[in-house]
Amino acid sequence: MHEMSIALSIVDIAEKEFKKSGAAKVTELELEIGLLAGIEYDALEFAMQMAVKNTVLEKAVLKLDKPAGLAKCNDCGLEFEVKEMIFSCPDCKGYNNSLIRGKELRVKSLLVDD
Amino acid sequence: MCGTCGCGDPKNVVSISLPGEKQKIEVHTHEHKHGDKFHSHEHEHHTHDHDHSHAQQRVIEVEQDILSANNLLAARNRGYFDAKNVLSINLMSSPGSGKTSLLEKTIVALKEQLNLYVVEGDQQTMNDANRIDKAGAPVVQVNTGNGCHLDADMVNQAVKKLQIKENSLVFIENVGNLVCPSLFDLGESKRVVIISVTEGDDKPLKYPVIFKSADICIINKIDLLPYVDFDVKKVKEYALQVNHHLTFFEVSAKTDEGLSEWYGWLTENFNAK
Ligand SMILES: Nc1nc2c(ncn2[C@@H]2O[C@H](COP(=O)(O)OP(=O)(O)OP(=O)(O)O)[C@@H](O)[C@H]2O)c(=O)[nH]1
Ligand SMILES: [Mg+2]
Ligand SMILES: [Zn+2]
Repeated sequence: MHEMSIALSIVDIAEKEFKKSGAAKVTELELEIGLLAGIEYDALEFAMQMAVKNTVLEKAVLKLDKPAGLAKCNDCGLEFEVKEMIFSCPDCKGYNNSLIRGKELRVKSLLVDD
Repeated sequence: MCGTCGCGDPKNVVSISLPGEKQKIEVHTHEHKHGDKFHSHEHEHHTHDHDHSHAQQRVIEVEQDILSANNLLAARNRGYFDAKNVLSINLMSSPGSGKTSLLEKTIVALKEQLNLYVVEGDQQTMNDANRIDKAGAPVVQVNTGNGCHLDADMVNQAVKKLQIKENSLVFIENVGNLVCPSLFDLGESKRVVIISVTEGDDKPLKYPVIFKSADICIINKIDLLPYVDFDVKKVKEYALQVNHHLTFFEVSAKTDEGLSEWYGWLTENFNAK
């Protein structure tokens, strides 16, 4: 389950940022995980519950943004939104597409109390 | 503790070993410390701020890629491979699809003409490294403990241990798993996903992420096609829906059928790098 290593990396990044900030506590952690990032959201949330134990994030609210992807058809040039791993061009039905966005895997922000 | 991945488990130690080597080298367990520092920090703060009745809220914009630590090391590996003129191939598949068997055959066929090296990834045992050793290529075994994939740091250490020569071909056999390895860049030149005909032809639809990230798809164990309901045309069609740019090889690591095309691709890419 790679979601656990992802969760541990998230905690790592957040702890470092928190330490730099000199704040007293973290109340919210915002993540951006694209629909095509290859992450199972349920598995990630479960893994996060484990990974935050005994860290500054233990009581923080987890906010998960799940942006849809954007693809471009290499045959007809159409740009279109994608929400699933497997997709075809809505216009010409082709599978020769390039993914422009949708694989985001980011720690966006922390909400902290001083 | 992190029950699922065992990062709190003292037994979960990554080791990197040569065949016949007794001493094991510890790489990272998971780096993050559980707690303590931050607790004391909090206490400190409380005593200073005792008379403040309400806390100030603020937003810290982090905007950091979660895989940045791995990606950075992968980039370093890539630089190292480039500098040494090394072609590196990341082999990924479910457990038992035939990664090691394919490597054994490839080593025997190509070791006279190319400098070959292998990094073996498994959760436990030296078994695969011993097979590769027997086939005749220098090999390092990475045991990931509970880890379900190789990462760039493990490959970095393994490759150092191999002391590869310039102008070489390095195979990296990932941990048998059709999901987790796909997200972790190792710094490889090419990615190969192997599927065997006993696994069902709808695998690309069920596990699209790994097929999406691959350059090559090898369909192995075609000697068993008469005995299983596996439609080669269908699996290719599904895989191409997931990844339009995939190139296929149909092989049997048992009977050698189709392997010469695979060797041809390897030597061609080796010469082109
Ligand atoms: N019939 C047949 N059997 C094969 C073929 N390739 C591999 N096998 C058998 O499949 C089994 C697993 O092969 P391995 O090469 O160990 O597979 P692997 O992918 O390295 O497995 P892990 O490292 O455990 O993930 C062995 O019993 C092989 O003999 C093939 O082309 N045809
Ligand atoms: Mg193997
Ligand atoms: Zn189109």
